[in-house]
Amino acid sequence: MARHVVAPVEDIPPGGRKLVEVNGRAIVVFNLDGEFFALNNRCPHRGGSLCHGVTTSVVESSEPGEYRISRPGEIIRCPWHSWEFDIRTGKSWCDPGRLKARQYRVSVELGTALIEGPYVAETFPVSVEDRYVVVDA
Amino acid sequence: MNIEVRQPARAQKTRYGIVDCDIHPKLLLEEYRRHLSNQWWSHLQTYGLRPRHGFAKTYPMPKITPQAARRDAWPPNGGLPGSDLDFMREQLLDLYDMDYGIMNPLSPTGQGDQNPEFSAAMAFAANEAQLERWTRRESRLKSSVVVPYENPEASVVEIRRRAGSKEFAQVFMLSRTAEAHGRRRYWPIYQAAVEAGLPVGIHVFGYSGWALTNSGWPSFYIEEMTEHATGQAAVVASMIFEGLFEQFRELKVVLIESGFGWLPALGWRLDKHWARMRDEVPHVKRPPSEYIREHFWVSTQPMEEAEEPEHVMDAMRWIGFDRILFASDYPHWDFDDPVLALPPSLTEEQRRAIYAGNAKKLYGLA
Repeated sequence: MARHVVAPVEDIPPGGRKLVEVNGRAIVVFNLDGEFFALNNRCPHRGGSLCHGVTTSVVESSEPGEYRISRPGEIIRCPWHSWEFDIRTGKSWCDPGRLKARQYRVSVELGTALIEGPYVAETFPVSVEDRYVVVDA
Repeated sequence: MNIEVRQPARAQKTRYGIVDCDIHPKLLLEEYRRHLSNQWWSHLQTYGLRPRHGFAKTYPMPKITPQAARRDAWPPNGGLPGSDLDFMREQLLDLYDMDYGIMNPLSPTGQGDQNPEFSAAMAFAANEAQLERWTRRESRLKSSVVVPYENPEASVVEIRRRAGSKEFAQVFMLSRTAEAHGRRRYWPIYQAAVEAGLPVGIHVFGYSGWALTNSGWPSFYIEEMTEHATGQAAVVASMIFEGLFEQFRELKVVLIESGFGWLPALGWRLDKHWARMRDEVPHVKRPPSEYIREHFWVSTQPMEEAEEPEHVMDAMRWIGFDRILFASDYPHWDFDDPVLALPPSLTEEQRRAIYAGNAKKLYGLA
């Protein structure tokens, strides 16, 4: 486990996502209104690339004809079989006990901190003025 | 907001050769132009396609995704999923290092169209389009002979036209037809297929004019997706009880995109009733399950996902590991990834047979 600088914060605006590769693993980083979350890009169901899915909301219904929509943009739907995962936890929405997309810790660090820290060098230059997304993986 | 991100996919080669028995190339009406007479091109422009399902201009059941496609299967250079050969190579043929792929073109092919002559003209054009833009540019791909099955005479002409061509692997029908598949009106198609040495692939879907269930139209797409199993069960029962396999002993039928978990239970039921009621169908000489095991093949997709993987193995064992063909259904949303789809407890030999061996034997691929 090491900390990897994966992108300048500006690369992933609110509502956006970015596919990064860390140690040969494809990881998708999401920005939910300024909070960052990272999931293993490989769908735990049958391997679809989560990054290529659409984001959606939680839809709940108490009876036919009535429904409630909440948490817009916080659910990622796999582009293949439409399994849905909570971006905040990686858990499958319909079978949370069995299926979970692996989650990685993400933080935002200042360039000044990164220049000194025990971080893995990346392919883009890190400047002291900017803020960066860092994934533990 | 969704940001479009593309990274080149890494090869996911299996240790096995693969024949994908269900690939859907998107054929485009524009490319039919040169293969249709001026009369039929004008007809198409003026009246369009007219499937046997009333006045609706769209699918009776809205699909789960646009074009029922994987969200990541839209070609980066534009166009519909399955329409770009290079992207299909990148996402499927090269990615999984496939030996062959059998193409099963769906709409627009004019299959089941209300106008039998137009349906015949469209089938011819669909077959020419498969050759022109697909098999002649990619030798791993094989075409299916699209037949205007509600016009059996024209279907026979089309099958004979393609007979002997190495570019065609099978005769192609859909599961929903105006009459049950075993009925005599379709027998000329089966006879021509046998004479041409081609299996008959029956892929789910098509719109027959009949409701999808025997209590009418279901409400949801999820019900249509589950109907494919009962629909194919009716296909199998009809073909057996109409005596098709006594008439055409060489006939080979491939059930495509209906899974297979339902087939053993159907076999038990048919055998049980045949044992007691065979005098009603004296032309059916043997237990129905024997015809199933001799004349039918199944494609894997959509792969059964039982809580107990061993139950899937049991169903496979009943059907026979030599009758099961791997299929991905690319580029559709319910795509099965060849690396992950098959049950882990298959033996090496069973795995090789399902991935490629059975299909190579059935379709005569080297």
